[in-house]
Amino acid sequence: MDADRVTFGVVVFPGSNCDHDTYYVCKKILGQEAVFLWHKEEDLRGVDAVILPGGFSYGDYLRCGAIARFSPIMKQVVRFAAEGGTVLGICNGFQILLEAGLLPGVLLRNASLRFVCRQVRVRVENAVTRFTGLYTPGEVVTFPVAHGDGNYFTDPETLAQLNARDQIVFRYTDAGGNVTPEGNPNGSLENVAAVINEQGNVLGMMPHPERASDPVLGMTDGQRLFRSMIQWCIINVRGERQEDGQCQTLAQQK
Amino acid sequence: MTLRPSILDPQGKAVEHAIENLGVGPVSHVRIGKYVEFLVDETEEEAARRATEDVCRKLLANPVMEDYSYELTRL
Repeated sequence: MDADRVTFGVVVFPGSNCDHDTYYVCKKILGQEAVFLWHKEEDLRGVDAVILPGGFSYGDYLRCGAIARFSPIMKQVVRFAAEGGTVLGICNGFQILLEAGLLPGVLLRNASLRFVCRQVRVRVENAVTRFTGLYTPGEVVTFPVAHGDGNYFTDPETLAQLNARDQIVFRYTDAGGNVTPEGNPNGSLENVAAVINEQGNVLGMMPHPERASDPVLGMTDGQRLFRSMIQWCIINVRGERQEDGQCQTLAQQK
Repeated sequence: MTLRPSILDPQGKAVEHAIENLGVGPVSHVRIGKYVEFLVDETEEEAARRATEDVCRKLLANPVMEDYSYELTRL
């Protein structure tokens, strides 16, 4: 393990289909270490951050994410999150985090009843998280979405809390960067695209940053999400272990 | 399991429109849910009820968006 590289653990459930894209971005695009963690494993193998990738775990049977939540690896993910570990859930991964109770709310069927697969604009609502530190507050970025159940819903009290604590990290916007119904691809409450937990270490998002990271695909806005995580992990996870000058330098850069 | 009353059920709405088009009487408030059957290997009704309650609450229904109800039948 290098001091300047972090290890991502990409969890693979039966039916995950963005696991290889995510692994590829972490390893080949960002030059980090990455390992696949099979859902039956009961050890996170010392990774610095866990990513639950997109897909259709267990064929979306019962409810999206409802079965995956009971996989053996999820016990470890819940424990890792409770200890402050960095956990990112993308699309189906977001659904699993909600089902596991690591994030509040649910994702309902898209209001249109259609599977939505296109690019969306999202506004960075909170740029002081370990996932968004390299974005500018209020910046509007482009990510792809591809889901049938991305319609975020929660009760009014929880929504008020999320707003009060800046836990809504991205919101869907129209081309002009305004939070409007036109910019909302799935009917999400208040155009919610991403939610972070109160402790700030677990983020769930419907858009796919891993599909907006390789320049070959024409979009690179997603890179900074992973780079924010890397920078945070190097300073905070590796920093504790290394305590050398390099961490200091990175902290000053930020 | 059915969606809670406060939650819009777009599937139910779509079926409601189809019923309208069918030309069958005034039908409204269509809600779509899921039906599950399972066998509980208990002889005491109370124990079977507890097990069923657990399965419903922890797995079959997500209380944020769904309500559930069940019937026990002795075989």
